[in-house]
Amino acid sequence: MLDATHTLPAAAGVGYKPQHFADILNDAGEVRWLEIHAENYMGDGGRPLAQLRHLADQFAISVHGVGLSIGGEGALDSDHLARLKHLVGWLNPASFSEHLAWSTHDSHFYNDLLPLPYTNATLTRVCEHIDQLQDTIGRRMLLENPSSYLAFAESTWSEPDFLREITRRTGCGLLLDVNNVFVSATNLGFSPQGYIDAFALDQVGEIHLGGHDEDEDDHGQPLLIDSHGAEVVDPVWALLDHTLAQSGPRPTLVEWDTDVPDWATLAAEASRAAAALERVRT
Amino acid sequence: MSVSQSQFTRAMMDAGQAVPDGLLDGTGAPAGRRFSVYRNNIAVSLTEAMHSGFPLIAKLLGAQNMDGLAGVFLRAHPPTSPLMMHYGEEFPAFLASLDQLKHLGYLADAARLDLAQRRAYHAADATAVDPAHLGSLAPEQLMATSLQLAPALQVLRSPWPLFDIWRFNTQPDAPKPRHEAQDVLITRPEFDPVIQHLPAGGADWIDAIRDGHTLESALAQVHETHPEFDLSHTLALLLQGGAITDLDCKG
Repeated sequence: MLDATHTLPAAAGVGYKPQHFADILNDAGEVRWLEIHAENYMGDGGRPLAQLRHLADQFAISVHGVGLSIGGEGALDSDHLARLKHLVGWLNPASFSEHLAWSTHDSHFYNDLLPLPYTNATLTRVCEHIDQLQDTIGRRMLLENPSSYLAFAESTWSEPDFLREITRRTGCGLLLDVNNVFVSATNLGFSPQGYIDAFALDQVGEIHLGGHDEDEDDHGQPLLIDSHGAEVVDPVWALLDHTLAQSGPRPTLVEWDTDVPDWATLAAEASRAAAALERVRT
Repeated sequence: MSVSQSQFTRAMMDAGQAVPDGLLDGTGAPAGRRFSVYRNNIAVSLTEAMHSGFPLIAKLLGAQNMDGLAGVFLRAHPPTSPLMMHYGEEFPAFLASLDQLKHLGYLADAARLDLAQRRAYHAADATAVDPAHLGSLAPEQLMATSLQLAPALQVLRSPWPLFDIWRFNTQPDAPKPRHEAQDVLITRPEFDPVIQHLPAGGADWIDAIRDGHTLESALAQVHETHPEFDLSHTLALLLQGGAITDLDCKG
């Protein structure tokens, strides 16, 4: 169940970039909330934390972790858990989310979201780590579906079923990235609509949209790369509509992390998300 | 066929290794170059982090050389923390260890300057004392005072003209570096680090102040090795930089 005291508005948000600070305060357009990457706000002070504190007075904030390595084979980094607890306690954000992925192994951090086999062993480990995180920060988290470029022969679960089982065991919510669904569906040859239809939409506390790059594999088949460096493509907007038609309005975020555009361009993407949300309000 | 995270990371960090068995495309065929997405992502993201984290080194070496060096460094020293703001602590020692860069002896100190700027940028906030408060003290009171210094304050000692090298490579129309040793002072008056040339003896004096000595006691120590040391100039640099956060007058 979504915790009503810690819930993002069912409106459009964007991934916050410091170069947009003044523009956002001047004219946020349709943007009602902002998402930050937790690890960028783990310094002791200075401009990043001052800007964040200022923005938090006017916008609901989503803290999105990219470095906890929830799917890691090893134990969670206790220092990092403590930093997350501190940040969430200091900011009291509307939401905290992380990824179904791993990024740390043998004390090295690989700065990427690496893929997991969907097995019972992975399920047990991921659920233990989510329990540990939720106990540490004292609130429910949202877990995001990954972009996939390959599959594991050893997997015995479909991704939507795997995520549904995680929510059932841990009580966590889900962050549904519809661009990731489109990227994975294209790369692995499944139906993106079928994936959405199988997804635990009642557990979705946030939706992500973003851009991707196009490449191809050894056999000339399309290989999409989740780059967050371009506009959201039309088939992903259509997939958002397909999702919202079933879920109703949900907090919906546009991510643009590389080749970051000017504020007007990003705000226009957010307006398009706001319009999609408006169409499903009753 | 299961793929461990050890196997995955070994193959990811070394393109000479085979893609692990058990990784497939959507049809069940071996993943092949799809695995390269991960090899590429980590190389690109860490190379970008090195460029943005070491702007002075990137300027000194040029973008292409920086790409090449970053590619070697990131495999030798992958990050050990998800806090990318601190990535590259080993880079100065790495640069100093490369034979082909021996003729650019100042590179390691330039990398330390880039790291110190980042530390200053992310350091804890602190409220500076009003310079008028210091000015209101009688000279003998002032000399019997010890100081608290801001967490953002950074001092770099260098046998190279480090300040001039930084200025020449970052400021328009800056003069060419002189042939002299230069220590560097970094302060953060508000949010942006300020880099200044710290006169000889200044680094020793700041160390003594950090150890709790009064102005007079710190000055006496520095005068043993640097009789020319000018206290008022160093004190002015600290005040302008908002680097003095508390006074304790023991007179």
